[in-house]
Amino acid sequence: MAPENWISTFRHGVHPDEHKEGTESLPIERVPFVESYILPLGQHIGAPSVPVVKPKDRVQRGQLIAKPGGFVSTALHSPVTGHVTALANRRNAMGDLVPCILLEADPYATQRFEPRAPVDWRALSSKEFVDQTQMAGLVGMGGAAFPSHVKYVPQEGKPVRFLVVNGCECEPYLTCDHRVMVERSDRVVRGIEILATKLGAEKTVIGVEQNKEDAIEVLQAAAAGAPVPVEVAALKVKYPQGSEKMLIDAVFKTEVPAGKLPLDVGMVVNNVATIAALADWFDHGRPLIDRVLTVSGPAVSRPANLQVPLGTPVRAVLEYCGGLKSETRQVVMGGPMMGSPLSSLDVPVVKGTSGLLAFTDADVFDGDTYTCVKCGRCLDACPNFLNPCMLAKLARAGRIESMDEFYASDCTFCGSCSWACPSGIPISQLIKVARSAMAQRKRKEVRQ
Amino acid sequence: MKVSDPALLLRTAPFLRRNLTTPALMRDVIYALVPVIGASIWFFGVSAILVIVAATAGAMLTEWRFTPEGKGGAALADGSALLTGLLLALTLPPGIPLWMAFLGGVIGIGLGKLVWGGLGHNLFNPALVGRAFLQAAFPTVLTTWALHGGPSDFLAVRGANLAFPLLQGGVDAVTTATPLSMMKFDHNAVPAAALFLGNTAGSLGETSGVLILLSGIYLTVRRMFDWRIPAGVLLAAAIFSGILFLVAPDRYPTPLFTILSGGLLFGTVFMATDPVTSPLSPRGAWIFGAGIGFLVVLIRVFGGLPEGVMYAILLMNGATPLIERAVQPRPFGRGKHR
Repeated sequence: MAPENWISTFRHGVHPDEHKEGTESLPIERVPFVESYILPLGQHIGAPSVPVVKPKDRVQRGQLIAKPGGFVSTALHSPVTGHVTALANRRNAMGDLVPCILLEADPYATQRFEPRAPVDWRALSSKEFVDQTQMAGLVGMGGAAFPSHVKYVPQEGKPVRFLVVNGCECEPYLTCDHRVMVERSDRVVRGIEILATKLGAEKTVIGVEQNKEDAIEVLQAAAAGAPVPVEVAALKVKYPQGSEKMLIDAVFKTEVPAGKLPLDVGMVVNNVATIAALADWFDHGRPLIDRVLTVSGPAVSRPANLQVPLGTPVRAVLEYCGGLKSETRQVVMGGPMMGSPLSSLDVPVVKGTSGLLAFTDADVFDGDTYTCVKCGRCLDACPNFLNPCMLAKLARAGRIESMDEFYASDCTFCGSCSWACPSGIPISQLIKVARSAMAQRKRKEVRQ
Repeated sequence: MKVSDPALLLRTAPFLRRNLTTPALMRDVIYALVPVIGASIWFFGVSAILVIVAATAGAMLTEWRFTPEGKGGAALADGSALLTGLLLALTLPPGIPLWMAFLGGVIGIGLGKLVWGGLGHNLFNPALVGRAFLQAAFPTVLTTWALHGGPSDFLAVRGANLAFPLLQGGVDAVTTATPLSMMKFDHNAVPAAALFLGNTAGSLGETSGVLILLSGIYLTVRRMFDWRIPAGVLLAAAIFSGILFLVAPDRYPTPLFTILSGGLLFGTVFMATDPVTSPLSPRGAWIFGAGIGFLVVLIRVFGGLPEGVMYAILLMNGATPLIERAVQPRPFGRGKHR
């Protein structure tokens, strides 16, 4: 079980061009505060948060503005000092109208976060610890935005052996986790100390891809002085290594069974930025009110790594980066392999926003589609060892029921198959559409 | 500065693609054929050129003619019809009348590919469908082997190349026997070295084992096909013929002769590995390859024909959907892989 060879990786996967050279050595900058902020109540997976403020209420930076709407839900805090202008529906990155809290910043406020006295986290029971992290509003900041506290709930018969910290950042263009590791390694290691102690993990492994040499060095130095055992695992660069199950396979050569969670093999996986945010909460009482993201892509005037208050409109962030080139045709929130295309620049940065990328037509694939010649490249790409071309064929033919036979439910939509397909078939997208149709059909059956 | 709203498009992730297209895959296989084509011209002179041109013309004209309006050019652009024509030509005897080679190309693309729905939808290898048709229609011509030779005979037109369409041509041409028929009917084995270098009678592309192997290595390195298929064919053929050879060394050929003679290497490297007509999963590739190797030896030794590569591959092509269904790759986290 214990890792022997540190330079390892998972099986299958793809090697897209990294495109990280433009931003990987740029220090994190803070974007200035803007006039107004949009805070969707559902920035995470699970039930939306429930507002605890009403229009015209004055709020402080870091103040709770919405409480968790259930167990799989999390808290939301004001990123600015100012006042609530409205509780209203606004569009999110997916283009859906969703309930939001709208804030206006106080132009005369200093916008300084007032730290709170550190929490004696050692004294907390595990339930109190889970509740505290829920009230910090922590979510997986790699992009999935799954409420972190859910992973910290102790489960009968499933002790945590290893805490796995995800510093892979395998998506091309993105360098925000890289910069967090380089510049805030002390916060990362402090977060590890707190979390590993509370979870009772024997050891912590930080998985970092080899293309981030400086981060590996800095983390190794920081890990050496950590009060809990921490190792840094350098991994071969490959996509999608940052996917939880792939990372566990890369580091421990252990397959998390299909339909199970890392906890079933005694592990908890957290993103580096989440771990650093956890340290900030317990040491300074600072909830998740801003995050680091990468603005990059060939159509961006000045690529950068930015610390952005949540709720800042994408337009304001891009303006800070010198705007977009006139040939821009595609703006993506997240990474280029799994991110969402934006239809408007007036959507806000949310907890799961790891990047804002802008492309011209020439940079983005929109090419010819040939017929499938069964070359098998999608099978070699699929980290889940599926038969993507068969799934795509069934999806195209509308034979959605047959897709379960080929384990369509195991697809994680990493997009490796689509990337690898020489015929330009949107395999991953076809499977996604078919899966949502399948889900809809099942919902209908339940209703009848 | 102010950001004016660009005309944003809504494509979906992933936004990046690998810089490799299906026509590039086809081109790579065609490049791998170049040395084999060169060898066929060396050994069979102008006849080789004529047969290759006739067969590819038949294949490409059919593709162009029967592809939906306005798409004819685009269909040819993927290079698959050219590849089918080349592969067909290289399996034909050098002395075949050119009109037959042309007809083989027409049938290969027409019945082997287009009626199934075009590229990617056919069950059988199109070039072999063309050849099977010719073999059934003109069995004598397909087993009449013109003399092979070096570049000194370059301009000599072999056999009945120039026969008038619908006629089989004169039978006065100088002919010879292939190593396989010598083995089958006279139990007379041609030395392995001659088979390896290619200085024997046979179809245009099948004679030089060394060049075919080099092309195969190139294609394997470029990941143009699953190496398990040729490995399966060669292993199964070697094991099966090895057992027979050990039982009766005077009656049966050595495994080396089995592998180097006839179309086995050519069929293995260029036909059995056709991804459209072979299984995708690693275990399926082993089963498919081993099946071909076994059938080849079975037909050659116990069947009425000296050569069985074509039928072996076509039979296993037919079994591909079944194999595909039986052995799916095992997903991550669902038991052991492979």
